[in-house]
Amino acid sequence: MSEAPGALAANVMQFARMLRRAGLPVGPTETIAGQDALTVIDLGQREEMRSALRAVMTHRHEHREVFDHAFALFWRDPAAAQQEAVMALMDGQKQAADRRPPPASRRVAEAMAPARPARPQDRETPPPPDLDMTLTVSERERLSQLDFEAMAAADIARAKSEIRALRLPLDMRRTRRRRPDETGPFTDLRATIRGSLRQGGEVLRISRSERTERPPPLVVLCDISGSMARYAQVLLHFLHAVANDRERVHVFLFGTRLTNITRALKHRDPEVAFQMVAHLVPDWSGGTRIGEALETFNRRWARRVLAQGAVVLLVTDGLDREGARGLAENMDRLHRSCARLIWLNPLLRWDGFEPKSQGVRAMLPHVDEFRPVHNLASLRSLIAALSRPAPPRGGADPWRMAA
Amino acid sequence: MRTLPASVAETAALLSDHGYIADADLATAVHLALAMGRPLFLEGEPGTGKTEIAKVLSAGLGRRLVRLQCYDGLDLSAAAYEWDHARQLMAIRLAEASGSTDRATLASDIYGREFLRPRPLLSAIDPDQPPAVLLIDELDRADEPFEAFLLELLADFQITVPEYGTIRASTPPVVVITSNRTREVHDAIRRRCLYQWVDYPDGARERAILAARAPGVPGRLSAQVVEFVQRLRGEELFKLPGVAETIDWANALRALDARELTPGLVNETLGVLLKYQDDIARLRGEQAARLLAETTQAAAA
Repeated sequence: MSEAPGALAANVMQFARMLRRAGLPVGPTETIAGQDALTVIDLGQREEMRSALRAVMTHRHEHREVFDHAFALFWRDPAAAQQEAVMALMDGQKQAADRRPPPASRRVAEAMAPARPARPQDRETPPPPDLDMTLTVSERERLSQLDFEAMAAADIARAKSEIRALRLPLDMRRTRRRRPDETGPFTDLRATIRGSLRQGGEVLRISRSERTERPPPLVVLCDISGSMARYAQVLLHFLHAVANDRERVHVFLFGTRLTNITRALKHRDPEVAFQMVAHLVPDWSGGTRIGEALETFNRRWARRVLAQGAVVLLVTDGLDREGARGLAENMDRLHRSCARLIWLNPLLRWDGFEPKSQGVRAMLPHVDEFRPVHNLASLRSLIAALSRPAPPRGGADPWRMAA
Repeated sequence: MRTLPASVAETAALLSDHGYIADADLATAVHLALAMGRPLFLEGEPGTGKTEIAKVLSAGLGRRLVRLQCYDGLDLSAAAYEWDHARQLMAIRLAEASGSTDRATLASDIYGREFLRPRPLLSAIDPDQPPAVLLIDELDRADEPFEAFLLELLADFQITVPEYGTIRASTPPVVVITSNRTREVHDAIRRRCLYQWVDYPDGARERAILAARAPGVPGRLSAQVVEFVQRLRGEELFKLPGVAETIDWANALRALDARELTPGLVNETLGVLLKYQDDIARLRGEQAARLLAETTQAAAA
């Protein structure tokens, strides 16, 4: 190669700039590593150069495609990085790019503006049905019995703030890791000897330790088809609170396609998180293909997120557009790959609910528990159930648990 | 110990001399890891030869292989080092018996090197031992707290023992970390390593691997085996067969004295290739016969 080392180093820097523009996390460390890497390989070999830069500048398999694309563009003509048109092309590679004003500014604007009267469509929402208001129940209790679907806008807003305060204490699993605990069953010899040195080598106190406990991973698969849209919206608030409260939570949404929204949901600010989610999900309020979504999950994700005794929450009404094709097999596979599979079905709020639809009949034999999820009370009872140890598998009738 | 290879081509030759046929991407990444002295982080489906690289590097470079198999709950005392408490207590008693109870000397006495029992990580960077290839296998099986133990080692090839001090490698070990992606390994680990995704090989490379790893298999059979497995990877299966399965299958067929693939033979030996009953049930019979017909057609063409 005819270029002087200085020019090459500058090119790597430009290239790093281009990768950043394309949304890859490339910092100064990666840039320097890229420059170093080019000093130990044969620069005449284009393929070798690409492999080398990719090995040092990317850290994830997902980034490979974007990298290769950027590489092809840049090293054909390194001057390209100076051209706005090429850089703009890189913007298209960005996944959750957002050109709308950030939600924070909208909230600031809302905060500054005087309160407006409720918009007409808010008033059109039907009043909460089947509720005997003559009872002297507190407002809070009323709210907790109210179906999410029947809630007026104001109720939803209040329910959301209640939901945000909910915590999900999954039953703890013992790990093999230990922490100091004076009443623990294990002797910590290392700490004992260290302590004894303070007494000139006399062991006066025996340090003890106890196993640490931690909750299992939680995987949520949530249906966002038309029939579930209202519940899904409220549940998203719950999921956001849970995902930010603890580690090892993975959230997937499905309608006709399966989308992993875990990274987006981890954003602390719910408004920002939901906006990113809306951007990621192409099939909001569409049809449902539960079997296909589960198959995709089983093939692409199950091995990556279901390790170490995961608990799976499947939120769907079981009304499948495809007539339950492939549903039973994939439910069975999912059931066998996780430690506990809980089906949350809002249709269960009706006492007379019977598993008539094909989808429900195909899924029911493969779940550990079957629960309603249509109001705050049911959400609270779900939390209570999750914080208890799972009942042993086999023989348990999911219907009995639903009662 | 031999010197490090000087170019990507030499690295690839070193690997293939020891029976590992690497593609250009992987050979480049291995060469960079050696030349830049950085750990190599290999991710990919099970059975694509990630662990094998460390073994081959150790043989090719004439270094000892130090292997750490990860599991849930793996902690410092099993992975890095442990104090020999029984001997320490004994030393305290002896000091008492001889009447010396000076605290400062006692502390430095019982935290001497001879009381420190090295585990794989410490052994790999022990300056008193010959240089090593350190294989940290299936890191995704360990829990997240364990990854934090590795950060100091991966960045500076040193381990700090609070009671003793810092132990630093005189020759940095070649570090190979593998993961099957049963969970995402933390970014902090990724940033300290060179990253390489190890994919299933293409037909030509898989034939070369089979020739190197299962030399006794007749050429015609081995070509059919590779063609069949390559087509099998295009099917919608729960778990696709890796290179390890291809090698096993070829050896199994050889043990059955097979000259070429027949539908009956494929059905009988599917269990060597596929490890899930759903996949086997789905493929056995018609599907397998169809794939086999395509295979022989491709071979004839």
